Formats: sequence, C-alpha cells, structure tokens
Amino acid sequence: MRIGPFLLRRLLLSFFVLIGISVLIFVIARIVPGDPARMALGPRAPQEVVDRLRKEMYLDKSIPEQYFYWIKGVVQGDFGKSLYSKRDVSADIMEYLPATLELAFLSAIFMVIFAIILGVLAARYRDTWVDTVIRTMSYLGVAIPAFVVAVLFLLLFGYVWPILPVIGRYSAWIVPPSPVTGFAGLDSLFAGNFSAFWDSFKHLLLPAFALALGSIFQEARITRSAMVDNMNKDFLAAERGYGIPERVIMFKYLLKPSLIPTVSVMGLDIASLMGNAFLVELIFNWPGISRYGINAMLNKDLNAISAVIIIFGLIFVVVNIIVDLIVAYLDPRIRLSGARGS
Amino acid sequence: MTASSQTQAPILPHHFHKPSVIVRFRENLRKSWFKYSRNKLSVIGLVVVLLVVLTAIFAPLVSPYPQHASAFVDFENAGQPPSLRNLLGTDVFGRDILSRIFFAFRGALLMSIVVLAIAVPIGVLLGLIAGYYKNTWIDTLIMRTTDVFLAIPPIILALAIASVLTPNLMNSMIAVTVMWWPWYTRLVYGMASSCRNEYFVIAAELTGASKAHILFREILPNCLSPVFTKMALDVGWVILISASLSFVGLGEQPPTPALGQMVSDGARYMPDLWWYAVFPGLAIVIVILGFNLMGDGLRDMLEQRMG
Repeated sequence: MRIGPFLLRRLLLSFFVLIGISVLIFVIARIVPGDPARMALGPRAPQEVVDRLRKEMYLDKSIPEQYFYWIKGVVQGDFGKSLYSKRDVSADIMEYLPATLELAFLSAIFMVIFAIILGVLAARYRDTWVDTVIRTMSYLGVAIPAFVVAVLFLLLFGYVWPILPVIGRYSAWIVPPSPVTGFAGLDSLFAGNFSAFWDSFKHLLLPAFALALGSIFQEARITRSAMVDNMNKDFLAAERGYGIPERVIMFKYLLKPSLIPTVSVMGLDIASLMGNAFLVELIFNWPGISRYGINAMLNKDLNAISAVIIIFGLIFVVVNIIVDLIVAYLDPRIRLSGARGS
Repeated sequence: MTASSQTQAPILPHHFHKPSVIVRFRENLRKSWFKYSRNKLSVIGLVVVLLVVLTAIFAPLVSPYPQHASAFVDFENAGQPPSLRNLLGTDVFGRDILSRIFFAFRGALLMSIVVLAIAVPIGVLLGLIAGYYKNTWIDTLIMRTTDVFLAIPPIILALAIASVLTPNLMNSMIAVTVMWWPWYTRLVYGMASSCRNEYFVIAAELTGASKAHILFREILPNCLSPVFTKMALDVGWVILISASLSFVGLGEQPPTPALGQMVSDGARYMPDLWWYAVFPGLAIVIVILGFNLMGDGLRDMLEQRMG
C-alpha cells in the first residue's frame, strides 16, 4: 500500500497545526487582563513574592521568549502548576483524562455502530416508515444539544424509570480498584474485580449515549444517502449478474464505498463530541478532564486551561489522522493518488 | 451562473416594455416562495423562526409576567409545577419560566446577530483573498491559520476565550466571533479559488479592473448564496454555543435569563422541579430546529435558482 507519502504529508501538516494551536493558546492566555503572577498569589501577597513568581514564570522576559520557555515545558509534558488544585497540571491531567477518553471512546463506538446499522436499515427499507423515522430523528438529532439530551436522560433513566446509574463513575458501595491505567474498565479487569467492571460500565452507558445520540442519526442519514447513490452503480449490477445474493451485496460490496462520506464527517463529529463532553460531564458529575477544565476556566487557572486545550487539540489532530487513514483505506482513489481533497 | 449573464440585456422589440421594478420584484418573490414552500418542513421552520423573533422583540408584551425576567423573588410561588397560572411552572425563586424563556430569546438572538454580523464579513473577506491569491504565501498564511482555529472543538475554544475575559454577554459574543469566522473563510475559499480562473474574472483582469472590483463585484456575487444558507443555519448554531457558554456560567450572568443557564440551574433540582430544566432545554431545541429547517428551505430555494 502506497500509504507512506500520504501519511508523511498528513503528519507534517498536523505538526504545523499543533504549533499553531500552541501559539493561539499562548495568545489567549496572554490577553487576560491583569498580572498572572498577582492572580496566582492573590491581592494580599507581598510584592517581592509576586516578583519572584514573575521571574519563575518568565513574565519579565519578552513575549517570544515567554512563548519559548512555555512551549519547552509543554513538549516535556510540563504545563506548570495549577493555581486551583495546587498540583502539577500534568499530574491532574493524568488523573482526569482517562475518564474522559473512556467516555469519548465508548461514545464514538456507539456512534459508529448505530450510525451504520441505522443507515443500512434506512437504505434497505427506503421510503418506508423506517426511513421516515430515521430521517425525522436526524432533524431532531441536529437540533438537540448533547447537554439537553443529558438532562432528559437524567430525568427519564435516572428518576422516572431508574434502570441505570446517573452520577459519577462507580456506585458508592463499590470499592474502586487501585488506578493502574486510570481507565475504570481496564483497572477493574486487572484487579479481577468484575462487579466493579460491570458497575463502571453501567455508569458509562448514559453519558456515552447522550453524547453520541445527535451524531448517530445524522451519520445514519449520510450513510443512507451514500448507499442509495451507489445502489445502481455498474459494479453492483455486475455482482448481481454473478448471482450474488442481495444481502451479501448490501454488506460486502455496497457498504464499503458508501462509508466514505460517513467516516469523513466522523472526524468533525468526534471533535464536537469532545467539546460536548465538557457539558455532559458536568450533568452526570463525571470526574473527567472536562469538569477539571471548566473549574480551571471558572477560576482563570491559565496553566490548566492551556493544558486542557492543547490536549484536546492533540486528540483532535490524532483522530483526524486516523479518520484520513480509514478513508484512504476505503477509497483506493485517494490511497493511490496520495492526497485527499483539499 | 456567471456574472456576465446578469448584465447582458436581451435585444427586445421596440414596443416591448420591460416590467417595472416592483412587478419584477413581486414576480421573483412569488417564484422564490413557490420553491421555498414546496417543502412543508421549511414552512414550519419559517413559522417557528418568526414566532421566536416576534416573542423576543415583544417579550415585555407577550410574557405573562415581564417583571420575572430580572431579580424578582416570590418564595410563595417557588417551584410550582406547570399550571394555568404558570404554563411552564416556576423556578426556585418563584419566577415564571415561560416569561424567562421569552426574555432569554432576546439575548440568544442578539448574540447570533452580532456574532454573524462580525464573523461573516471577516471570514468571507479572508476567504475571497485567499482564494484569489491561491498558491501564494497569502493563501498559505490565511488557510493554515484557519486550519488551526478549526482544529480545536468550537465549544472549547469559545469557553477558553470567554473564561479568560470577564464573563458576560459581550465577552461571550467576542469569544464566539473569534471561533466563527474560519468556517466562512473555508467555505468562500473553495468557491473563490474555483471562480478565479473563470473567463469573466480573466476578462475583468484584462480590462484593467481594480482588485477590489474583481474581488467584490466579480467573484463575491458567485459565492453569496451558500454563504446566506450557511448564515441561516448558523443562527441556530450560535444559539447552541451561547447556550453552552451560559450553561457553564460563562455567558449572560444572572439575573438576566439565558437558556443554557436555566438548564444548568434546573438540572440541580432535577427530579423534583423537572420542568425547570426540561422546558428551557426544549426551547433551545425548538429554536435550533426552526433555524435549521429554514436554512434547508433557503438552500433549496437558492440552489434551484442557481441551477
């Protein structure tokens, strides 16, 4: 597979995007009115202490030098100290990030599986009530913010029909396994604690579904229209001519090329999913990085804010590279020409 | 569709009178409405949008309790479920939720108008320039900057900017504007760079037209209908982002009502005062749905005319 040059180009581009993100964040952190050192120490701290901190934070240097020192730390995983938790930001991130990744990962899996199943169903039974229901849901899915879905889920499945837990990562009676990876599922499996595993999984379900719901129907619709477009292509007529059963054609030959637009959009959807996680975590009291980020934002904790945005930018860039690779795998035209769209 | 076809007057017999401007305008309007109204959902969207805009403008008149839109306290009626007196119930301060939703529409719509009025011209201008100077350093500079802005989830970027400033409606507008222009730059860039080599642009260049003329009179008109469609859809998105900001507490500050802020306040009283969070949440859904359906209708209308 001639994927090498394509991947290289993509990585190079992502590298520049990451540099750009770091500059952007640095600028955002520097437009704050007031002295960051003074804000960190509070209004009553003596001037010489503030001055010492200013020196430590390189605030007495020129702006480009400040950026240089900051980015040097960031590359080494040192985001400075959090003003809010009084710990290293990187330690905080290590603690809170896995919970968010866990949530986003399960949510993305829901998104992929349900979008494809519903898309295939809508295409198979097009112009019937199945198609109509999925289309109507896709209109609603676009319009309903994830945090409203979360509130409705909280009400419906937490209180009206309490089948799933709605608060936190574990139930109160479960002793959380000692954190090895930070991922609740993996940790409880390592500890051989299946009740903890099952409990944490149940806690994941509602937030993950709330995050995925909007995108599921949109992507089902994209899959459906791509399948309908491809349905009468010549290569399928050829397969039919060989007498291959319709079901095999549907899943083996029609689905693969029809997934290209779905997967392309998925990159953007995962970005909005990560963004929405910010609000959904608040509602389900999920101890993830978003809640940490919001606290940092409400307290103007600049080091933590910068770190959280860098992490999200990094995740987004990585997700998009993966998406491009999947699209390249699905679409031989891209794989062979070595470049996508642009 | 090319710009040249609009300016070419057909050769008509002497006795043929061109219809007056008003007649032609009415004729265009009738045709456009015909195309727009073919999809019933677009009509529903338009009705929803009109209702929302009207209730926002006339909020003091149509709200059952206009005084509840500010720091009003009536603990006697706190946390009342929906009834004839308070159609959508009351919050923990005894304020009528319906009235507060009507007033919250004001901030939401104001925000969309301001954000789009600033972000769209900036985005379109940069897109035009980058598209016209395709494959030069100007193109690279503008489009790579755009990539950077688009590489951070919009909500997070807006939250970050809003958080370092003082939280209020004004600053949340700034935050959302800063992250909104790149979408228009990317949209216009694609169209402008493909227009760039059309004959009418080359013709204008050969006749010595100024750069401003080429950008704004030759290329821009060909990019406008997708921009307008996107604007209609984006009103809904800006409302969503502003609701997200106020949900976290970085938008409009209490006691002024905002939809997101009502949802997050209500979520804290969830099982008991369910109406407190659910109705403002549904209001967000209805507004966004209305603007989306209207945007779809506009797209059908404008694209039909293009084709």
